[in-house]
Amino acid sequence: MSKANLLDRRQVVSALLADRKDVVAIGGLGASTNDITAAGDHARNFYLWGGMGGAAMIGLGLAIAQPKLPVLVITGDGEMLMGMGSLATIGLQKPSNLSIVVLDNEAYGETGGQTSHTSAAADLVGVARACGIADSRAISTMAEVEGFAKAVHHLSAGPRFANVKIDSANVERILPSRDGTYIVNRIRGDLGFQPI
Amino acid sequence: MQARTDASDTAPKWPDDIFATLQRFDVRQVPYVPDAGHSKLIQRVLTSSTMRGIPLTTEEEGVALLAGAWTGGQRGVLLMQSSGVGNCINMLSLIPILRFPFLTLVTMRGEWGEFNPWQVPMGSTTQGVFELSGIKVLRASNAAEVPAVLEAAAAQAYNALTPTAVLLSQRLIGAKVFTK
Repeated sequence: MSKANLLDRRQVVSALLADRKDVVAIGGLGASTNDITAAGDHARNFYLWGGMGGAAMIGLGLAIAQPKLPVLVITGDGEMLMGMGSLATIGLQKPSNLSIVVLDNEAYGETGGQTSHTSAAADLVGVARACGIADSRAISTMAEVEGFAKAVHHLSAGPRFANVKIDSANVERILPSRDGTYIVNRIRGDLGFQPI
Repeated sequence: MQARTDASDTAPKWPDDIFATLQRFDVRQVPYVPDAGHSKLIQRVLTSSTMRGIPLTTEEEGVALLAGAWTGGQRGVLLMQSSGVGNCINMLSLIPILRFPFLTLVTMRGEWGEFNPWQVPMGSTTQGVFELSGIKVLRASNAAEVPAVLEAAAAQAYNALTPTAVLLSQRLIGAKVFTK
């Protein structure tokens, strides 16, 4: 069910990536990867089609390897709940160039809309903050989304975490490539790494 | 009270051999779940100026981390215990899909004088789990063969993109003993 006054996921992701410059963007398994695609296919997009729960850790590995690049993970509440321990790992490492956005519709949209833990009990902002990610925000307006999009480029102030409450409406699926090797090698090529 | 018959007390040299190999292969990110068998190697990594030791809350985090590390141009190695391999199974699917160099060093429990029956089920299926997941398995059973096994494993993982697990046998590490 859609609730009133909740943000539109595509508008949120479009705003996050509108002025992306050199950002590497990692989508979570599920609709967030489609949202990133809808905002425009890009050589620095990492589309996740499996490995549920891994998006934030892929972001951490990338952020450590490329400390001068802003790394932005955009995932869903279900995917983040599955990898919640990774928030503790990120809180310990404190990569200043890593940002995580959770698109929280309080439901598993890909599998029929079953409610997730965030609908009634789990507060991911509280979890992230308690895991040592000091800049952890609950976002409910587009102005806050735009503010966060700017903060993503501040390489010395992270890690940061934002939980964005979004509408649970299903939107058109816009599917990126499913070829993982292509996706990774395209990013590597854009970063200047040669094939082995 | 617990005591160990191995290792840290008698200062084995094989963890230094592993560290030297990882250094030679320019390994930069070393995710790990704390483990007694790996304790000396973890200590070397944490004091290294070129490697970054990254403690995890669960082993599967390390598989995803290494995918990200490779995408960003760095090599890594995952340190874990045999019981942790079971925590990784779905995340191991990233390895053939993304085709990134994967090397893991696994200290074995559940074999060679194990006293704890709870370690046996996962310890005895570790090799099979890796093989079913498309990961090649090499084993080191004594200190003398560690350098050659590590060299072979790192070479095939990083140069031939052949995902590889090295099982460091409980015979090498020393069986864990609890005493009252």
